[in-house]
Amino acid sequence: MNIWIEQQRALIDFTLASLARRKARNLGLLAVYALLVFVLASVALFSHALRHEATRILADAPELILQRMVAGRHDLIPPGYLEKIGRIRGVQKMEGRLWGYYYDPVIKANYTFMVPTAGGVERGTIVIGTALERVRGLALETGISFRAYSGKLYSFVVADILPRDSELVSADLVLMHEDDFRAFFEFPAGHYTDIALSVANPQEVRNIAAKLAAALPDSRPILREEMLRTYASIFAWREGIILAILSGALLAFAILAWDKAAGLSAEEKREIGILKAIGWETGDVIRMKIWEGVLISLSAFLIGYVAAYLHVFRAGGVLFEPVLKGWAVLYPRFQLTPEIDGLAVATLFFFTVVPYTAAVLVPIWRAATTDPDAVMRS
Amino acid sequence: MIFQPTIIALLLASGLGLAMLLAAAPFAVAVIRHWDIRSGAERQLQLERRTYLFSTLLSFVLAVQVIALLLFVFNADRMAALFVGAMCAVGTLNVNAYGFPALILQMAIFFLATVWLVINHVDTRASDYPLVRIKYGLLLALVPVVAASFFVQLQYFLGLKANVITSCCGSLFSEGSQAVSGDLAALPAGPAMIGFYVVLGMAVAAAGYHALTRRGGYLVALASGSALVAALAGILSFLSLYIYEHPHHHCPFCILKPEYNYQGYWLYIPLFAATAAGLAVGALQFFRRVPSLAVVVPATTARLAALAAAGFLMFTAVATLMVLRSNLILFG
Amino acid sequence: MIELIEVRKAFNQGKHNEFWALDGINLNIEAHRVTALCGPSGSGKTTLLTLIGCLARPTSGRARFKGEDISGLPERFLTQLRRRSFGFVFQQFNLIRGLSAEENVMLPAAPSGLPQREVRAKAAMLLDRLRLAHRRTARVEWLSGGEQQRVAIARALINDPEVLIADEPTANLDTTLAREFLAILESFASEGRTVILSSHDPLVIQSAAVHRVINMRDGRIVDNQ
Repeated sequence: MNIWIEQQRALIDFTLASLARRKARNLGLLAVYALLVFVLASVALFSHALRHEATRILADAPELILQRMVAGRHDLIPPGYLEKIGRIRGVQKMEGRLWGYYYDPVIKANYTFMVPTAGGVERGTIVIGTALERVRGLALETGISFRAYSGKLYSFVVADILPRDSELVSADLVLMHEDDFRAFFEFPAGHYTDIALSVANPQEVRNIAAKLAAALPDSRPILREEMLRTYASIFAWREGIILAILSGALLAFAILAWDKAAGLSAEEKREIGILKAIGWETGDVIRMKIWEGVLISLSAFLIGYVAAYLHVFRAGGVLFEPVLKGWAVLYPRFQLTPEIDGLAVATLFFFTVVPYTAAVLVPIWRAATTDPDAVMRS
Repeated sequence: MIFQPTIIALLLASGLGLAMLLAAAPFAVAVIRHWDIRSGAERQLQLERRTYLFSTLLSFVLAVQVIALLLFVFNADRMAALFVGAMCAVGTLNVNAYGFPALILQMAIFFLATVWLVINHVDTRASDYPLVRIKYGLLLALVPVVAASFFVQLQYFLGLKANVITSCCGSLFSEGSQAVSGDLAALPAGPAMIGFYVVLGMAVAAAGYHALTRRGGYLVALASGSALVAALAGILSFLSLYIYEHPHHHCPFCILKPEYNYQGYWLYIPLFAATAAGLAVGALQFFRRVPSLAVVVPATTARLAALAAAGFLMFTAVATLMVLRSNLILFG
Repeated sequence: MIELIEVRKAFNQGKHNEFWALDGINLNIEAHRVTALCGPSGSGKTTLLTLIGCLARPTSGRARFKGEDISGLPERFLTQLRRRSFGFVFQQFNLIRGLSAEENVMLPAAPSGLPQREVRAKAAMLLDRLRLAHRRTARVEWLSGGEQQRVAIARALINDPEVLIADEPTANLDTTLAREFLAILESFASEGRTVILSSHDPLVIQSAAVHRVINMRDGRIVDNQ
């Protein structure tokens, strides 16, 4: 065992010395390698953080939402609907919700106007998300007017601003009083946008949904668990698509690695010949070259990953934002919670180190099997 | 198919391993046909050089396989969110009929590749390379296994469709289930525990005996194989219950998760290392009569047996500790 | 010590440019002596040296080292034997540029797994003995031709080999340095090492330091004194 360790130490010593001697060449490879890791790691970190964010926000959402459908389109819940449902075993709470979209021509974006079911917003005031605060230059106690779809102008005073940490979903949110909401949208009295149901036992959700669908054939129940699943698969899918597009880059990198490893300079070939003549075995040369690959891979991986981490969590992922987020004009400018996922790191390792190693194996072997007597013959 | 990075990575790794072995196959045939150690002809020198490529290649495939195995299990666990009813890896693996076979084949490749590398190691210690033909025959035999693994994995991932209702580990490993894993869990904890300690004790004894006296090599392999089965059955039927402190949670994968402090690694790493070493001891027994290996084989098997004994011992100790430290009381 | 029986060596075997560099060599080299292989270029003396030094395997025939048959030994074992028992000094010195003299000297010991500290101490001792202690950390490309050769000699001795093999050692040296080299060779023989060298330099062949001269031509031994 000691012998083995000493052997590897000697090989690593030599590898470090020979990497240092060919700085320009190795730095070039390292830069390309690290760039590749950087791009892939940014995608992975970014989409993982988004997924995490979505999960966290949905954690507070109701287990079940009931929408009414008319001609396959989402329609308002008419009065008496709640009573029609009546009591269902396992449902803790059931309430009608009021929300709608408002297009603001000033900044050419949609807001979500919503009445919090718990109440808490005074008549004539609104609570806004941070994006609105930023884009419209609002502050506490300042007033703002919106022109309703009916053409009338309504003024509100900003009573509060929503906390930053849920910005991904709350960025475009405007909370207001029920009366204001109904007046603004001329929303018929007794109608609701949809119905939210809280269910205590997660195993009951499906049964309840089935009961609802049977009792109210014109309605559509939406499960929180389904939304989570949809988010998860959409993010994974987007990430997959980006990786598939980047696989071209991956291939190019593998070819570059192959080429670098195969196109040994005459000087390097001579060195391997010398090493073999003075008593290095083919296996020793292969091990030395593998150490070289390990050192390059690990440094590139570390550099690329740290850079990606800074890019995503410090610089807000400026390069990939449009591709991965992209669901609203009002881009939330939020800080993602730093999250490192072991599975994602392992996957990334697979995507970069495995192709590199596979690409250099044969060239390494070819170089290592130089005839030991080659130096004497030349 | 679910288009997801980890799945792409796993298919890539599996395909790469297969491609490498397929590319190597013609050369393996050439070695089998033309090998002549006594010759100094250039063809022989070429063949000898190729053998370095093969052992490097197979080490690479093995290393990739080990990481892929972990990735496979983790990914299955992660994907449980995509399937209704699946709560952890077991549910995901059960989405279609290829899930568990894919896992088992991957484990099989791990053991086979380890045994091949051990045989290779021993062979290169004798100056006449006595096992070359056998070795490359085995390499060719490995190709269909790797191909099957790739195929099954591909089928599994292609067949994955979000929203398929699957049984989660709660129902799969519950006593009513008819599946194989269900049968294991249905073992009553008491007899399972006795069987667990008896078989593992025998494995430790066999390996320890071989390490000291260099006798009973085949027995070590047999005991190691049985120990793997007994250990997995033990994890399913009672050890998982103690770890989760829940009388009906039998999942063998959740113990790898951070929620349970990665305790599973302390079990699976010694267990798999010990089993691989134990199986290799048995495989090497076939070659102990080869004259040039008369010294190398017993020395190597003794070391491997010591490793196997230590691994099984550690596994048993960790398992016992987990049972003792648990707040769950199965037998009162 | 080294015995060759009917040894032949081919290059490009089976191709149209097949060529037999050695064609039936029978030779016995005694221990503790300085033996010189002598002949024009292309006579096969370097090829013979590679077979003696376990750098290559004969295509046919037998080679024995200290009674053990090494002609069928795979490269892996040939290398172990070479590392332990042979030291090489090449015509072009073949030092690795960019490394220091000491690092070059230590290279052959890397696969042996000896503790680095021991190897370093031994390298320092050898360099000191060859009057190179002051050049220990200098890069080899900064050294003069004579110094480079002495680094190469130190490197050949790091694993304490029984046999020292030198290929055209004086080809790149002037007369003074060549004489100095011969003196070093003689000291090795006197401390019990076997020295085998190839040369067509009359200075070497006629030197009193050389005990035996073997003349070669066209892959055969023509005259064996």
